[in-house]
Amino acid sequence: MTGRQSRKRLIAAEWLLLAVSVVFLYPLALALINSLKTMNDILMNMGSLPKEYVWSNYKTAWEVLDFPRALTNSLAIDVFSVLGVTLISAMCAYQIVRRPGRFNHAMFGLFVASMVIPFHAIMIPLVQVLRELGMVNSLFGIVYAYWGLSLAFAIFLFHGFVKALPYEIEEAALVDGASIYSVFFRIVLPLLKPIAATVVIINALWIWNDFLLPMIVLQGPDNRTIQVAINTMFGQYMKRWDVALPGIVMSLAPSVLFFLLMQRQIVEGISSGGIKG
Amino acid sequence: MRKSLFEAIRQTVFMGPAVLVYVTILLIPLLLGLYYSMTDWDGASSSYSWVGFGNYKEALLDDPDFVYSFWFTIKMTLVIALLMNLIGFGLAFLLTKKLRFRNLWRAVFFLPNVLGGLILGFLWNFIFTKVFEAIGEATNWPLFAIAWLGNEHTAFWSLVIVSVWHGLGYVMIIYIAGLVNIPTEIREAAQIDGATGWQSLTRITLPLIMASVTICLFWTISSTLRIFDLNYSLTAGGPFGSTESVAMNIYYEAFRDNNFGLGSAKAVIFFLVVVVITAVQVILTKRKEVEA
Repeated sequence: MTGRQSRKRLIAAEWLLLAVSVVFLYPLALALINSLKTMNDILMNMGSLPKEYVWSNYKTAWEVLDFPRALTNSLAIDVFSVLGVTLISAMCAYQIVRRPGRFNHAMFGLFVASMVIPFHAIMIPLVQVLRELGMVNSLFGIVYAYWGLSLAFAIFLFHGFVKALPYEIEEAALVDGASIYSVFFRIVLPLLKPIAATVVIINALWIWNDFLLPMIVLQGPDNRTIQVAINTMFGQYMKRWDVALPGIVMSLAPSVLFFLLMQRQIVEGISSGGIKG
Repeated sequence: MRKSLFEAIRQTVFMGPAVLVYVTILLIPLLLGLYYSMTDWDGASSSYSWVGFGNYKEALLDDPDFVYSFWFTIKMTLVIALLMNLIGFGLAFLLTKKLRFRNLWRAVFFLPNVLGGLILGFLWNFIFTKVFEAIGEATNWPLFAIAWLGNEHTAFWSLVIVSVWHGLGYVMIIYIAGLVNIPTEIREAAQIDGATGWQSLTRITLPLIMASVTICLFWTISSTLRIFDLNYSLTAGGPFGSTESVAMNIYYEAFRDNNFGLGSAKAVIFFLVVVVITAVQVILTKRKEVEA
């Protein structure tokens, strides 16, 4: 294959990619441009830009979704779930590696085995357990549940990473009289940053988008997450696309923003998490 | 003595939280689910009776909808896993070449993956009902003139299209990571020995990225077997329950029809099927993995 031939092929591939990308993103673009039209304009001129920009669609959707509250709930749940599970699983994985007794070994086996449990297989009794613990309808309750649901994979990721850390630095600090707690928080935790980033990103994404758990355990408008609010909105405004589309755009916006800001870290996190899983 | 006290405190501080959360959120529900599955509890009343394996018998023999949802989910999983891996690998193959804007293309195809399945299902509902209708009126193409979500065949393909569109980026990223790890010397050596592009792809590249194939098949199969959000918002299981996934069937049994016992039995069956299918897949593809 000559150089000129292969360059021609690359250029053809670039044009092909451009065409495929346009088709690929078209659904998102259609939602965006139609979100600013009147209902009539949506039905008559779906493919074109709005005749007049109806910004009040967004105001209606904002109020129907009670967007500020849904956003705050989603953010609070996501942040506390992710921080909590990262700390709990880092500590646990550290202890399993540095104190590999029979109990810790068995626990690690259980954690790894639990990675295959589908959420739907335990959701019915889980709701019952949360009810007994008084954790239904509470933001702490759902955060606690997310700790449990994301724990196994996080421990698995940290475990592999801690095993590769040299023990000498910790040992030196311990000999110098540092407590194990300050060794962990001052020396080990900073070294875990790369894998912690993976754990944070993977969990932040799935918990943000999770719908079924909040729908089952959070009742009432005060506790709604974005996903639950969108679902409730579709119950009422199924055929009102001039309200539903701005609602969709608004609800996708935080994820798109997160992706644009953190693109490199997300891609790295997904590939390293996927490969170790 | 003092040392063992320190060790006990250390063990409690480091392991305690994880064990506590694990036992309450995973272990107890798993065992409790087994217990519920042998009762006729409705989820609310204080009395219920022991029915042994009755619920399992009912789910497998007297509940055609449940059995149907299994076949539907498995059929969908096969089609989606196949398409997602073929297209995802094709894209990864293309996007590891020396193209301009390579990172931009990668970002485009990955974007849907960070968005939530529930919201995307509602968005695609708009595409399949309204946009397709508009295209059909404008062009008279029969492909767009039918109600895509209105009959079971096209509703099936709607789910396939959106699932592939949604998950493609993940598979692509894993394959890209696998492809860039192949040492270039090996492919160059093959080229010097006169291997064609196709030979080098099937005899060298493919065997060397079998580890990525294992991961991607595992991910596509296990996530499609569990499909709920997208299914719920795009077709809602319709028309007439023809696109109801197993996860939806379990959800409705427990939380709409209030049969916690029967729902739990279905959940246990579902759990076992997922474990068996994914274990078989991992064992089969792991065997094909080779080292460079």
